[in-house]
Amino acid sequence: MKRMIFGNGQRLSRRKFVVGSASIAAGGLALGFKAPFVGEALAQNGATEVNIWVAIKPDDGCVIRIARSEMGQGTLTGLAQLVAEELECDWKKVTTEGISPQRNLASKRAWGEMGTGGSRGIRISQEYVRKGGAAARMLLLQAAADQWKVPVGELTVSDGIITHAASKRTTSYGKVAAAAAKLTAPDPKDITLKDPKSWKIAGKPLKRLDTADKLNGAKVYAIDVKLPGMLNAAIKDAPVFGAKVVSFDDAKVARMPGVKKVMKVKDTAVAVVADTWWHAKTALDALPITWDEGDNAKVSSATIAQHLKEGLAATENNGERKNGDALAAVAGAAKKIEATYSTPFLSHACMEMMNATVKLSADKAEVWVATQNLEASLAALSEASGVPLAKCEAHRYDLGGGFGRRGGTQDYVHQAVVIAKEFPDTPVKLIWSREEDQAHDFYRPISMCKMSAGLDEKGELVGLHVKSSGQSINAWLNPTGIQNGKDRRQLQGWWEEPGDAQLGYTVPNLLIEYVMRNTHVPVGPWRGVNTNQNGLYMECFIEECARAAGKDSLAFRRALMSKHPKHLAVLNAAAEKGDWGKPLPAGVHRGIAQFMGYGSYSAATAEVSVSPQGKLKVHRMVLALNCGHAVNPHQIAAQVEGSVAYGLSATLYGECKVDKGRMVDLNFDTYEIMRLGEMPKVETVIVPTYDFWGGVGEPTICVVAPAVLNAIHAAIGKPVRELPLKNVKLV
Amino acid sequence: MAKLNINGKVRDVQAEPDTPLLWVIREQVGLTGTKYGCGVAQCGACSVHINGEVQRSCSVPLSSVKASDKIVTIEGLSANSSHPVQKAWASVDVPQCGYCQSGQIMAAAALLKKKPKPTDADIDEAMTNICRCGTYQRIREAVHQAAGNTRAADRAPRRS
Repeated sequence: MKRMIFGNGQRLSRRKFVVGSASIAAGGLALGFKAPFVGEALAQNGATEVNIWVAIKPDDGCVIRIARSEMGQGTLTGLAQLVAEELECDWKKVTTEGISPQRNLASKRAWGEMGTGGSRGIRISQEYVRKGGAAARMLLLQAAADQWKVPVGELTVSDGIITHAASKRTTSYGKVAAAAAKLTAPDPKDITLKDPKSWKIAGKPLKRLDTADKLNGAKVYAIDVKLPGMLNAAIKDAPVFGAKVVSFDDAKVARMPGVKKVMKVKDTAVAVVADTWWHAKTALDALPITWDEGDNAKVSSATIAQHLKEGLAATENNGERKNGDALAAVAGAAKKIEATYSTPFLSHACMEMMNATVKLSADKAEVWVATQNLEASLAALSEASGVPLAKCEAHRYDLGGGFGRRGGTQDYVHQAVVIAKEFPDTPVKLIWSREEDQAHDFYRPISMCKMSAGLDEKGELVGLHVKSSGQSINAWLNPTGIQNGKDRRQLQGWWEEPGDAQLGYTVPNLLIEYVMRNTHVPVGPWRGVNTNQNGLYMECFIEECARAAGKDSLAFRRALMSKHPKHLAVLNAAAEKGDWGKPLPAGVHRGIAQFMGYGSYSAATAEVSVSPQGKLKVHRMVLALNCGHAVNPHQIAAQVEGSVAYGLSATLYGECKVDKGRMVDLNFDTYEIMRLGEMPKVETVIVPTYDFWGGVGEPTICVVAPAVLNAIHAAIGKPVRELPLKNVKLV
Repeated sequence: MAKLNINGKVRDVQAEPDTPLLWVIREQVGLTGTKYGCGVAQCGACSVHINGEVQRSCSVPLSSVKASDKIVTIEGLSANSSHPVQKAWASVDVPQCGYCQSGQIMAAAALLKKKPKPTDADIDEAMTNICRCGTYQRIREAVHQAAGNTRAADRAPRRS
């Protein structure tokens, strides 16, 4: 299949300035660094900057700086807890301040990387933010010691109150902050972090810091931005991916209310700019546009399925893992099992659709944007506008959902810049309609997987051959991630190497192959990325193997996991809390699954019933997670619950069908989303082992679908091998 | 020109009669707590109260709203977030990204007005707004809390 390469900058060429993360790993370097913006910080909140992570107000309020993006996942609260823990401040007095990318760049990226994806927010920055909090504490204590002329070792601190017991003196952070700010920061090597087992703020199930203005309409999202003289834009990109604009009849809409301009955006899109967004959208909907749709208009879900099926039979591969001789072991086995699974394209469907407000002036470019990567937004602004980076500003807004959609691509920023170029010195807000958002996502890639296994006479797994065929995210967004034709990322969760996304089974003869079959549909990371598909294929097939062997689903798995104690412990926790083996009400059946991703171990049980009419009800799910250190159990539970809703919605309904080269499920009427009434009771079991830092936002989603599908298998006595379930007759 | 009573204040708005109330509220009145989520009355992010009934404002044309109709948006639900639903939402720590929560809170407030002691089945039926972060379980908990449903029996068995 021919793959169209967009000429519209969607595949962002990252600027040289975005340095590798290697320099960030040594984030401790930045500890003593004072951002050249102390005056600004003072003006903003009356606080004194002790170091880049901590500013203290005269009333002892602690302002903790946050570099990562908050999209609901709770990273803001978790990061603040880690800083506050080492700072020994009063949690009730903590507020946060988001760092802008221009400030970070001007400070030689003192705050480290800002990109927020891959469940990395806390696990990658935990060490340097904790050291930042600790360094600030050391400075504040030293300032008090200097003032009292006593050795700093004689001081103690709790809740931001410093005490010298011998002289019965106390002072507070607010009183010594100005003196502390003048001291030389400690050498990062001299900072000893607390043993997490002694944590008092981190590790506790604290409430989020950012809830209040989400309850009364006061929170301003990027889509809500209002600026003096602002215009609004609606956009329609070619419905067929890769198609081009031929013409549009702007005379038809030029006199409609509020319309300022009808314009082509790059080669592929048309925008209407008006006084209000409703006027812009109304005119755009009425605008006749002719497209050159090209050969891609011949593509449909059926032709794509054929393309992937052909991949399942291909002899080459684009990534593999093997030990022993799986093909021979399966061929010679006493019992053979074979199954082919498939999963569809999925959109992210963030509640806040893509949007960006851009203002371009002669010597300045600004963007107001919700983004998982503020630095990528800034780079896109500079690249698209031609304004040097040093004169670009990106204004930070918390996201109305991200899920991987708002990362590096920044397609909406590129579009908004093109539109704003027509209106110098005027802010223009581009908002995508829901239909546009559904039509132009970077979708979760479509894939299929053929699984073959052999069992010996005792019902033990002697060989396993996994062959997946599907679209590569790297091929679309990050071709350099493919080396010598091998795209390791597509095997996420099936890796041999420990630590990140390791397969938890030991199989004597194992062959895993990935065959790349790309399409013209843009693809990208979607909460959990390839662990979703790979987890489903592996765990549903292992279930089929267990049943073919006549063994209990849990026992069959355990027998393969002796060399993976962490995977096993989490599976056991889910089984225990999920009452595995205990009686269920009539008609209710259980399923189980385990998998690994983002450095964390997950397992789940699901309890479902299927009515005689084939109606599915998921009653209860128990999810176990070992994320190493659990920074906030309350927020971890929220992420687990969220992963069930996101994963179950995909399992039940999620499907972006392609017809005539375009997406056809353009709103929630056909791209259905699970509602509250379908949400099972979710119990989260956190079993941290305190010896690593794993992710939280994504890991558990990959066990949701297989646990439910395995419970359905138990209920109806046959496997379900394709999603979504809305297309499957269960009885 | 039309007159609208929003949050107890009568305002003149300038918009075509077929303009959805959502966009009048957001772009003419300037209250942005009411959110655009789908435009086709599917998701409920735009939920407001009109004469005490929850309505999806993206699908209510301006022409269908009378000057005497009392419209309440999230900004007008209470002073200082003091409505029992808002208090329960804070207590249970419901929101994640928060984008859909204005609509969720308005839907819950309307439910409790009609059914002060809702069962789980009542909540299932009334709370049909979409949340992509997946706060559904905490929404259920918070609605019960706002209603003062403290005993399991208040909620009716979930398994039927």
